[in-house]
Amino acid sequence: MSSLILRTAARFLIPLLVLFSIYTLFRGHNQPGGGFAGGLLAATAFALYVFGWDARAAKRAAGIDPHVLIGTGLLLVLGSGLPALFKGRAFLTGLWASLPVGEHTGLAFGTPILFDTGVYLAVAGSVVLIITALAEEQEEED
Amino acid sequence: MGTPRPSRALRAFAALPLALLVLFLWLAATVRGARVVRLPFGAEALGLTLSFRLDGLSILFGTLISAVGVLVVLYGVTYLAGRRDLGRFFVCLSLFMASMIGVAVAENLIALFIFWELTSLTSWLLIGTDHERATVRAAALQALLVTAGGGMVMLAGFVMLGSVAGSFELTKILTMSGAIRAHSLYLPILLLIATGAFTKSAQVPFHFWLPAAMEAPTPVSAYLHSATMVKAGVFLLARLLPVLGGTEVWTTLLGLTGAITMLTGAFLAVVATDIKKILAYSTISALGSLVLLIGLGSPAAVQAAMVFLLAHTLYKAALFMVAGIIDHETGTRDIEALGGLRRAMPRTVVAAAAGALSLASFGPVLSFAGKEMIVLALSPSGRWSLALQAAVYTTATLLAAAAALVAIRPFFGTLPEGLRAHDPPAAMWLPPMILASSGVLIGIAPRGVTSLLLAPAAAAIHPDAGALLVALWHGVNAGLLMGAAAFTGGLLLFRTRTAWLRAVRPLAGITRFGPAALWQAGLDRALAFAAWQARVLQNGYLRIYLLFVIATMVLLVGVAAAAGGLRFRFSFHDALLHEIFLSAIILAASVVAVSSRSRLGSVAALGVVGYSVALLYILFSAPDLAMTQFLIETLTVILFVLVIYRLPRYTVLTRPLERTRDIALCTLAGGVIAAVVLAAASERAEPVLSRFYASHSVELAHGRNIVNVILVDFRALDTMGEITVVAVAAIGVLALLRLRPEGGRP
Repeated sequence: MSSLILRTAARFLIPLLVLFSIYTLFRGHNQPGGGFAGGLLAATAFALYVFGWDARAAKRAAGIDPHVLIGTGLLLVLGSGLPALFKGRAFLTGLWASLPVGEHTGLAFGTPILFDTGVYLAVAGSVVLIITALAEEQEEED
Repeated sequence: MGTPRPSRALRAFAALPLALLVLFLWLAATVRGARVVRLPFGAEALGLTLSFRLDGLSILFGTLISAVGVLVVLYGVTYLAGRRDLGRFFVCLSLFMASMIGVAVAENLIALFIFWELTSLTSWLLIGTDHERATVRAAALQALLVTAGGGMVMLAGFVMLGSVAGSFELTKILTMSGAIRAHSLYLPILLLIATGAFTKSAQVPFHFWLPAAMEAPTPVSAYLHSATMVKAGVFLLARLLPVLGGTEVWTTLLGLTGAITMLTGAFLAVVATDIKKILAYSTISALGSLVLLIGLGSPAAVQAAMVFLLAHTLYKAALFMVAGIIDHETGTRDIEALGGLRRAMPRTVVAAAAGALSLASFGPVLSFAGKEMIVLALSPSGRWSLALQAAVYTTATLLAAAAALVAIRPFFGTLPEGLRAHDPPAAMWLPPMILASSGVLIGIAPRGVTSLLLAPAAAAIHPDAGALLVALWHGVNAGLLMGAAAFTGGLLLFRTRTAWLRAVRPLAGITRFGPAALWQAGLDRALAFAAWQARVLQNGYLRIYLLFVIATMVLLVGVAAAAGGLRFRFSFHDALLHEIFLSAIILAASVVAVSSRSRLGSVAALGVVGYSVALLYILFSAPDLAMTQFLIETLTVILFVLVIYRLPRYTVLTRPLERTRDIALCTLAGGVIAAVVLAAASERAEPVLSRFYASHSVELAHGRNIVNVILVDFRALDTMGEITVVAVAAIGVLALLRLRPEGGRP
């Protein structure tokens, strides 16, 4: 089920979707969005590729095994909780540091960003894994 | 066939125990009394801390664990040379060592429990080294179930003890012994904790796992089943003697169990024919005498226990290593098939003789001094004194015979036809030689070790036990004469073994009613029950699973809601027109979803429900929820498209009666959930929680999106659990699609 229109549109939409998913991830702390929604968006980009071409091509284009995404995501989430332990705080307590940018403003960095990135990767990886599994199953059938 | 060359790199695993040995010796030289070291980890709110207690008892155990650990690693590298997965084996061994030291130095009872169960877990891996053999797997599993199960029982005791004392910290608990002994929970605490200790230290009736665990490679037996793990129970009882000890129940329970175990183990040791089994039973016997001594709890008994504990660790590890050498060089451990090896193995026989002398507790060895002290400690124990002393001498006689079985039978007499052997490399005979000769040397010159390790250990258990003196020679007295009599009796038993074995053999039938058989029967029942309930509850039909899940939910939530009483407070007068309209759409779509005759129709109707709910979220200013809901609905459609071609037509699989049941259950479930949600909405008069989040979100978590802050910061642990579930579910889907019977369809 490959159509020229879908493929042409997908060429533009997929990079935009991936970018938008990352944007959603990072804006999440202050505005609607976050790792969960971002991860789902990234997975829809992948699904679009699957429909435009096929699962094998989509996997090649993604360039990374969804298992690795899931594992990295879970490890990031776990790892983001560890620094607090070394400061004698409860596991997963958010720690923040500020990087001075300009005179009065600063770029805040915190372990929750790592945590949310981990959520993003794990969610994206899980959905991609399910989509590939189902799509490959169907392609074998055809 | 030449002996495979041992890998030198693996010897690096000896560095860990060596470093620990140095550390513990330094601690032994510097620490006076008890020192508690706290690490900044743990959950203080729950009373769980990672803190270590360094006193005489923990330092003695730490020293023994690391010292024997060094020798076992060196011995094991050569013993196991040429096997596969040695890296994994030595990692497991190191993990076990670390867990065991954790048990010895834990200050917090819960930490002690965790280390305790870790030793069970790692010992399961170690016993199961040769996991290709079914008997090995069975033995490993049995050891795990008995010791880890005992640990669970012990945990219950710990929790009670902690609630009575108000803390899990030993320092606090040790100051509250009076209150704890007078408390009504004292008896359950004692019984539960003692059960844990008895399973670990192989006391009758939990002793059967230890001989079965002899399936482990010999280095493991030498380490776990003589020196370390089985002593954990003794350690725990010694640790808690100042808290729980001194009562009639304590003395009776431990004294009786210990004495019975001591005699049973000694008797079973003499009738066994496998060298490792002989040693295992004699270990059970030794553990019994240690429990007996701690049960008595007098200063003299505590002192005797420490001396005997050290002596036993040294000679038993040495003898296990000797047994390993015999097995390694001749290929058999059956004493009936061995003999005359002394010329072929001149070095091994020296180590064996020194170790066996210690096992027989006779001659210039530390265990002789230990046994003298045991008899002395038993003298003032009232009307039981005579019986207990008789039991000790009977045990000594039987163990002397067992020692002869181990040290005389394989090495003297005639060499059986075709048995060829020679001494192993130095890396294998040297460790048992060091251990066995230490038993002799410390026996002759006990002062240094006594003041460095034994006296502080005794003082840590009993304040009046610090003045510990070990002396080998008390002159010619009753103890010496009785010891000599027991030794000669043992040798006599050994000489006449074939004759009296024939007489006791018919008794072997009673093992059918022994604890091992009972255990097996219980385990079989449990497995049969598990299989039955799996057949009923998990029969492979998705609809049945759903039925059970929903029914359980309805039951639990419904009962809880009915018990708590739901209050409803809502009105429709402030509902806006478009909200009512949206609700009507959701209702209509739900009806379509249930009644549609085509699958596509149902899915489309469910999509309408989903998107409408997302709209509702937006109307009530929850953009995050709406966004996620939209994405989920979209992905659902995508997934559905991927599977729709593969699904069979809508078919009716159920009978009308079943359908009525399903409809009733679903209506009930929907009703319960609706009622609970409505009641929850009615309760929100005081939105304390959302106000807290709203006011603390920026200040505590640097975020203005409260939903996200809740997800990644305030309730991050929940999110972590949720995404783990998502990941597991994805892998589950993959497994369902990919793993199928050969050539079959899913």
